[in-house]
Amino acid sequence: MKYMDKGIVAIHEALKKGEITSQELVEESLAKAHEIQDKTNAFVTILDDAKGLPVTDDLLSGIPYGVKDNYSTRGILSTGSSNTLKNYVPFFSATAVLNLEKKGAVPIGKTTLDEFGMGGTGTTAHTGIVHNPWDYDRMCAGSSSGSAASVAAGVYPYALGSDTGDSIRKPAAYCGIVGYKPTYGMISRYGLFPFASSLDHCGVLSRSVEDAAIVVDAMKGLDPKDQTTWDSTNIHLYENLKKDVKGTKLFYIKEICDINNYPNASEELIEHLKNFQATLKKCEELGMSVEGVSLDQKLLNALPSVYVVISCAEATSNMSNLTGFIFGPRGSGKNYEEMMKDYRTKGFSPLIKRRFIIGSYVLQKENQEKYFKNAQRVRRLIVDEMKKLFTKYDGLILPVGSGPAKLLDDPTDMVKEETTILEDHLQIGNFGGFPSITIPNGFVSDLPVGVNITGNCYQDELVLNIAYALESSMNYKNQIAKEVTK
Amino acid sequence: MKYPVTIGLEMHCEISQTNTKVFSSAPNGYSDIPNSHISPVDMAFPGVLPVVNKECVRMSLMMSEILNCKQPEYMYFERKNYYYPDLPKGYQITQNTPPIPVGMDGFIDIEREDGTTFRVDIDNIHLEEDSASMNHLYDISTIDYNRAGVPLLELVTKPCLHSADDAVAFLEYMRAIYQYCDISEADSKKGQIRCDVNVSISDTDELGTKVEIKNVNSFGGVRDAINYEIKRQTALKEAGKYDEVEQETRRYDEETGTTIRMRSKVDAIDYRYFVEPNIPKFKISADWLEEIRTSIPELPYERKNKYQNTYGLSAYDANILIKEKSIANYFEECLEEKIDPKTAANWITGLILGYLYKHDQNIKDFYITPKRLFTITEAIKNGNISSKQGKELFYFTIEEEREPEKIMQEKGMMQISDEITLANIVDEVLAENPSQITMYHNGKTNMFDYFVGQVMKKTRGQANPVKVKELLTEKLAQ
Repeated sequence: MKYMDKGIVAIHEALKKGEITSQELVEESLAKAHEIQDKTNAFVTILDDAKGLPVTDDLLSGIPYGVKDNYSTRGILSTGSSNTLKNYVPFFSATAVLNLEKKGAVPIGKTTLDEFGMGGTGTTAHTGIVHNPWDYDRMCAGSSSGSAASVAAGVYPYALGSDTGDSIRKPAAYCGIVGYKPTYGMISRYGLFPFASSLDHCGVLSRSVEDAAIVVDAMKGLDPKDQTTWDSTNIHLYENLKKDVKGTKLFYIKEICDINNYPNASEELIEHLKNFQATLKKCEELGMSVEGVSLDQKLLNALPSVYVVISCAEATSNMSNLTGFIFGPRGSGKNYEEMMKDYRTKGFSPLIKRRFIIGSYVLQKENQEKYFKNAQRVRRLIVDEMKKLFTKYDGLILPVGSGPAKLLDDPTDMVKEETTILEDHLQIGNFGGFPSITIPNGFVSDLPVGVNITGNCYQDELVLNIAYALESSMNYKNQIAKEVTK
Repeated sequence: MKYPVTIGLEMHCEISQTNTKVFSSAPNGYSDIPNSHISPVDMAFPGVLPVVNKECVRMSLMMSEILNCKQPEYMYFERKNYYYPDLPKGYQITQNTPPIPVGMDGFIDIEREDGTTFRVDIDNIHLEEDSASMNHLYDISTIDYNRAGVPLLELVTKPCLHSADDAVAFLEYMRAIYQYCDISEADSKKGQIRCDVNVSISDTDELGTKVEIKNVNSFGGVRDAINYEIKRQTALKEAGKYDEVEQETRRYDEETGTTIRMRSKVDAIDYRYFVEPNIPKFKISADWLEEIRTSIPELPYERKNKYQNTYGLSAYDANILIKEKSIANYFEECLEEKIDPKTAANWITGLILGYLYKHDQNIKDFYITPKRLFTITEAIKNGNISSKQGKELFYFTIEEEREPEKIMQEKGMMQISDEITLANIVDEVLAENPSQITMYHNGKTNMFDYFVGQVMKKTRGQANPVKVKELLTEKLAQ
C-alpha cells in the first residue's frame, strides 16, 4: 500500500495506528523521488540518507516533505539552483525549516527552482529544465517548479516554496495542486535566499487546503531574526477550517476575466475562462456572493512593469553578497575585481544578468525618480485600491494564467501582449503582502488549471476557508499527476 | 593665513558600549583574534536578515538631541550599494537621504582654550554599520569581519569651521561627549574615531574648490592634514595656478604629514541608495524621545562650569579635568573622599596625569584610587609627613602596590607629633647631655640646634621639628 499520495491527516493516522512506520514512509518517498527525477528533474539533491523520525502527536511528525533549494538547510547542499552556489553547504537552517524540524517532519529532498527564484518557467536552474509530471513536454511554471512537480507526482504530501511574483501559486495551477503564500511576515524569511525582500514570501505547495493549513501553522511565527514577522499565535489555520462560507463576498476583476478583452483568444483560453465562470457558479451555490468589479485599466497595465522595476532593483542589491570570496566557488583573477567578475560572469545565467542590469539602471541617480520611485508609487496605488475593495469584499477570485501548462518547446509561445494581465495579476498579492491561495479547479485539454483566492492582510483564515469550501465542492482534492497521453 | 579657510568635517565614531552589533547579535567588542566576534549576518551568508539594535537607536537619538538636531518622525534605513571586499553584503546599511538621518540641522557651541566660543552647525548625524577591516600584505590581503556590523555614528558638519585649531577643539569636545554619555570609548588608538575633512580657501564670499581628505585617524592628523592642505592650496593660488585645485578626494599620509590624491570627484560612485526593505519603518514616539532627553548625563561643559564656579578651579585646570570623562570622574570621587578640590586638581593635573601619560596607563587601572590619594593628602595636611615625603609616598605606593599607610609606617615616614612621646625623648636627650645644658645656659645658644639634632637622631628624623623646638624651649627655660 502507498501512503505518500495521501493527505497529512490520513498518513498521521496510519502512523499512529502502526500501519506504517516513518522509516517506511521515508523509503517510499525516496523511491518515488528517484523514480520521477529522470523524467521531471524536480530535485537538486535527494537526501538518500534521510531516516524516519519518531511519531508524536504533531501531525507532521515522521512524514517526509520537500524543501525548495533556496531555503538554507544546515549541512545540506543549498544552491538556489545557481552555479554561484553550486557547492554551498550552509551551517545554519532557515527558521521555517527549523520550525518543521521541531515538529519532527522529515526532509527528503531539495527541489529545483528557477535560478534564485527569478523566473516563471522552471527552465533556468543550473541543473536543467523541470518537466511537468502531467506532461513531460510541458513546463511546471516557476519558480517553485521542483516542489510543484514532486508534490503533484506524489513524492510526499507537501513541499516548501517561495513566492515573489507568483512562484508558488502559478506552478501549483500548472501541476493541479494547492499553492498557498500567507500574509507577508507570517512566516520568517530568515534563511530564505532573497530575491526581492519586499515581495518575497515563504509558503507551501500541497494537494489539499487542509494540508496547506497544517503546514503553514507549523512554519509560521514571530522570529527575532526577521523584523518583518508578526505575532500570529492567535491564528489557527487548520483548527479554524470550516466549510460554511455563506454570506462571504467575493469579487473578480472584470477586465481580467472578460473573454471579449482577448480578441485573439486560443481555444484553451476560452475553455479556461469558461471553467472559471463555472467555478464562480459553484461559489454562489456555496452561499457566497460574487461580483465583477471594474479596475482602472491603467493600473492593471502598469502591474508587470512595476513588478520588474521593484523586483530587479531589490534583486541586484540582494545578490551583491555573491562575490565568491566567502562562499561559492572562488573566481580567478589578478585582483579582487577580476575575481569577482569572473565568479559572477561564470555563475549567473543570462536571464539573471539581464535583471541585474535593469535593477541597476532603475536605481541610478538620474533614473531613480522616474523608474524606481514611480514604481513604488504605483505599487502603493494598487495596494490602496485593493485594500479599499477588501473593506467591501472578503476575497478576490481570479483564474490563474491563460490556461494549462505551456509547452516547453512551443514555437508559437511568444510573449502574448494581450494575455499579459492574466499571466501577471498574481503579483498583486506580493505588492500588498496579501494572503493568496491557488487551488485546482478543473481541466483544459486534459491538463489541470487553477483558480486563485486572495484576501486582505491577516485574513488568512478567511481566505483558506473560502478555498476549503470551494475545494470540497469540486473533485480535485489530493489529485496525483497522471501523465497525459497525447 | 592669507586666505580665509572653510572646513567641513565628517566624524565617524564607533558605538562601543552596546553588547551586540547594530544589525546582528554578534558581540560588539574589540578582539585581537580575527573573525571571533561574528555571526552569519556579519558575513552576509545567503538568507540572513538585519535586526536593528534598539540600544544603538537610543544612543543615536541622544546624540541627536545633544546636537540640537531635528529627529525624524519615523526611523528607517537605506542601502548604500557598492562592491568592496570589506563589505560582505555588497551594500552598507546607513541613513543618507533626508529626512531619514537620526538627526538633522543642529548646532553645538564650542569653547576655545582662550575662553572665546564658536558655533558648529551640524548638517546631520546618522546611524550605520562599519565595514570589515582589511590587512594588505605583500601579495595577499586578509579580511577580519570582527568590525563588520559594528555600530557607527557619522556626524557631518556644515562647512563652517575656519581653522585647524577650531576643528580639533570641536572634535575633542565631541569625543568627550561620546565618553560622557557612555556611548563610546571614542579611542582613536582602537580605530573608534575616523574623520574625513573638507578644506577650501577663498578670498571672495564664494567658497573655493572643496578638497576632501579621507580617513584621517587621529586628531593630530586632522590638524596636520588641514594645515598641509591650506599650505598646498595657498601655494597654488599664489602661483596663479588655483585652477589646479580640483574637486577631488585625497588621503592623509601619516608618515610624511602630507595629503595624496586618490580620485577626482567626477568619478564619484553612484551608490544607488534605496530604503532597506527588511527593516520596517518604526515611529519614534514623543515619550521615548522625552525619556532619552531626561537621561542625558551631565555633559563636559556643565562640569567645567561647576568646577570653576563651585570649586574655584582655574579655567585651565577645569579644562584639563573635563577632557576625559574618566579623569573628571576621578576628580569627583576625590571630592567625595573629602579631598580639598584645589588639592585634588593639583595632584591630578600634575603628578597623576604626568605619570599616566608617561606610562600610557588608563586612570581606571591606576593603583592610587581616590581613597588612597586621600590618605596621602591627609597625612600632608595634618603635618604627619612633609609634602616632599608625600611625593615619595606617591611613587612608593604605585611601585609597591601597597596601602600608603603601611608604607608610611614601614619606611618610618610618619612624623612623631605626639606631645608625650616627644616630651619623653626630649627629656632623655637633656638627661644624657648635662654639660651641653650648662654651655647653653652660659650663653652658647647655638647648642639649641645640637639638642634638636639629637632628638631627630633618636627618632630617625621622624620627630615633628616644630613640636621638638617648642618642647625644648619650654624644658630649657625651666
